[in-house]
Amino acid sequence: MDNIAGSKAGLTWAVHLSVALLVFVWMVPTVGLFISSFRTADQISSTGWWKAAFPIEQNLTLRTAAPDTQVQEGDQFVVTGNLFEEAESTVSNLSAFAISARDIGAYQPGETAEMRDGSRITVEENGDYRLESAEAFEGSRGERVFVTATVPPEFTLANYDQVLGKDVARNIVIYAVASLLFGFALTLIFRSYETGVMSFAHYIGGFLLFFALIAIFGLSSGKVAGAQSTDDMSRAFMSTLTVTIPATIIPIVIAAFAAYALAWMDFPGRALLIAFVVALLVVPLQLALIPLLKLHLAIGIGKGYLGVWLAHTGFGLPLAIYLLRNYMVGLPRDIIENAKVDGATDYQIFVRIILPLSFPALASFAIFQFLWTWNDLLVAKVFLIDATGDTTVMTNQIVELLGTRGGNWEILATAAFVSIAVPLLVFFMMQKYLVRGLLAGSVK
Amino acid sequence: MHPALLAVITIAIGVGGCIGYFYLSNLFLDKVLFPAKGPNIGQNINRANAIRPWLFLFPAMFALGLYLAYPVFETLRLSFFNRSLGQYVGFDNYARMFGEPKFLEALRNNFLWLLIVPAASTAFGLMAAQLTDRIKWGNLAKSLVFMPMAISFVGASVIWKLVYDAKPLGQEQIGILNAIYLGLGGSEPQQWLTIPLWNNMFLMIVLIWIQTGFAMVILSAALRGIPEETIEAAIIDGANPFQIFFKIKVPQIAGTIVVVWTTITLVVLKIFDIVFAMTNGQWNTQVLANYMYDKLFRAGDWGVGSASAIVIMVLVLPILVWNVRSARKEMR
Repeated sequence: MDNIAGSKAGLTWAVHLSVALLVFVWMVPTVGLFISSFRTADQISSTGWWKAAFPIEQNLTLRTAAPDTQVQEGDQFVVTGNLFEEAESTVSNLSAFAISARDIGAYQPGETAEMRDGSRITVEENGDYRLESAEAFEGSRGERVFVTATVPPEFTLANYDQVLGKDVARNIVIYAVASLLFGFALTLIFRSYETGVMSFAHYIGGFLLFFALIAIFGLSSGKVAGAQSTDDMSRAFMSTLTVTIPATIIPIVIAAFAAYALAWMDFPGRALLIAFVVALLVVPLQLALIPLLKLHLAIGIGKGYLGVWLAHTGFGLPLAIYLLRNYMVGLPRDIIENAKVDGATDYQIFVRIILPLSFPALASFAIFQFLWTWNDLLVAKVFLIDATGDTTVMTNQIVELLGTRGGNWEILATAAFVSIAVPLLVFFMMQKYLVRGLLAGSVK
Repeated sequence: MHPALLAVITIAIGVGGCIGYFYLSNLFLDKVLFPAKGPNIGQNINRANAIRPWLFLFPAMFALGLYLAYPVFETLRLSFFNRSLGQYVGFDNYARMFGEPKFLEALRNNFLWLLIVPAASTAFGLMAAQLTDRIKWGNLAKSLVFMPMAISFVGASVIWKLVYDAKPLGQEQIGILNAIYLGLGGSEPQQWLTIPLWNNMFLMIVLIWIQTGFAMVILSAALRGIPEETIEAAIIDGANPFQIFFKIKVPQIAGTIVVVWTTITLVVLKIFDIVFAMTNGQWNTQVLANYMYDKLFRAGDWGVGSASAIVIMVLVLPILVWNVRSARKEMR
């Protein structure tokens, strides 16, 4: 609308550039985490993630073969082999090597380095080495060689295997692609249906196939050797899911009835009750922690799923009632009055007319409550997680990882991304409803 | 029992119970208590209709009362009791709390957060809304700026900890902020989260990053709602784009700006996760909600914990009153 009088080309460019800059700045932190979750621990700690797409010069610590492979050639004991092959490294050439961590890069390929015990090692550019000594090598492990090599960019799913279980990430991607294709095929078949259940056939079919594939083929093919149990996010993932779904559905049902009463039924004290809901909308949940924890402990619910479901239901209700009432009030009065004239009871009007019409508002609140319960830390910490820690949720586990594995960015980034992935998916799929809900909830 | 099974059963019981309750109680009201037939049919229908709203409202009001209204008063009562809530101590908890440097630090930091985060988020959001509305790929840009909204505070903390990461001088930096700082001529890498006062700023950036999208979405809708005539008139009168923005548009959406500001203020007052995950209140970054959590679950002092919750409530109270008043004005 500013363009009515024409706008200056320079200004338009400035707008494009500043939006691009804004988007860039806003994306950089998330992209950094995302990229880091696909890099190896060595790569993360040796270069910034923004250099991930370029080959990097990296210092590797490799070992020669164990002394029991030595052969005697005349009066020399010799160990030969290839450093890279023995380490199963993807790197295949080196630019320098050293025999001490203090003078990395001391020798060029083909040079011979003399060690303190008198043995000599020659390393070629391709990693072939020849270690020789006048005396027999002893011990169980080979000599350390510090190699400087240019490593090509490499991305791996190994972090996800460690955090979720072997092959889980790969399988999810394969199943998701299959389900998407199946859903797309269903869209083509059922495209003549514009309303009703069949218009959702592609969503339903896609999800069903996805879960069927998981049920039939399974997700994980076991644990990665050496993975720490505290890194395992799969149990926390299930726990988060267990908290989230009832805590999203139950408040919707309760709130919908109340919202209808507050929107379309006449009774004394209605305005007061609406004011009551609006007031509770802003009560900080910190106030509720102590009395409710005491209550839960006193009546035997204790800490557990039931307690956290009840708490999330209570804390979500004010927004649910407020959003749904605002939406229902806006529905045309005629429909409801016509139904009443035709002899429908309030219950019938609510279930048959209001509820289907309120779908957008229900969806908006469902997304809010889902995001809020999925991302919550405080309520879970107070009402759910007991001393055994069996029911830990993802947010809590990430905070614990921040404490115990503060420097292990490959684990942290992957764990964080696993917990972020689902809300991001929901966000991009249901953004329309989220925006609608935000507008209904705050713009007056 | 497996928790997933328990969840399915709970959903069934919860949803089924709710629907069953509403259905059966309505049935009972219509068929048994006040049937719409017999000698006093008119009276019966009226009575049934007078009772029905309360059937619809009861579960929600019960849950609201028990989980939100009652705790406010109960917390207030408990804040006058000692650490194990066994003995009445009057205002002792408050007196001790206000004598504690960590609490005063939390109070100061919360005020800093209150000053900076809503202002910065609203300003960035307004700027983003105004700019993205003028270009073709604006919706994509909006989506991307809005995205952090979906990310948990804990996830955001990990994301930003990577940004703020510091390696010793000589090693290559993996935190982008230090890489930029050194690239611009900084002398040595900084541990951003340990520099007092500034570290509060670095924590606030995380929340600003999350909340800007929210402000942008709402303000953008408000900007689009401005009547075009006012802008046309301004253009004809020779206003430049900046004058149009600041003198024509902003005054017309002032109401929405206030709403956005207060909504973000509420988030700021309750801020817990970011501080808990990133610094846990060390290096002078304590805030009220984290102070309360500390008192409750680390120090085990439920009396002072309640008192600090009441402090948060007192800070929220003006917004609560204002909200209720504007809601009531609208109803009339």
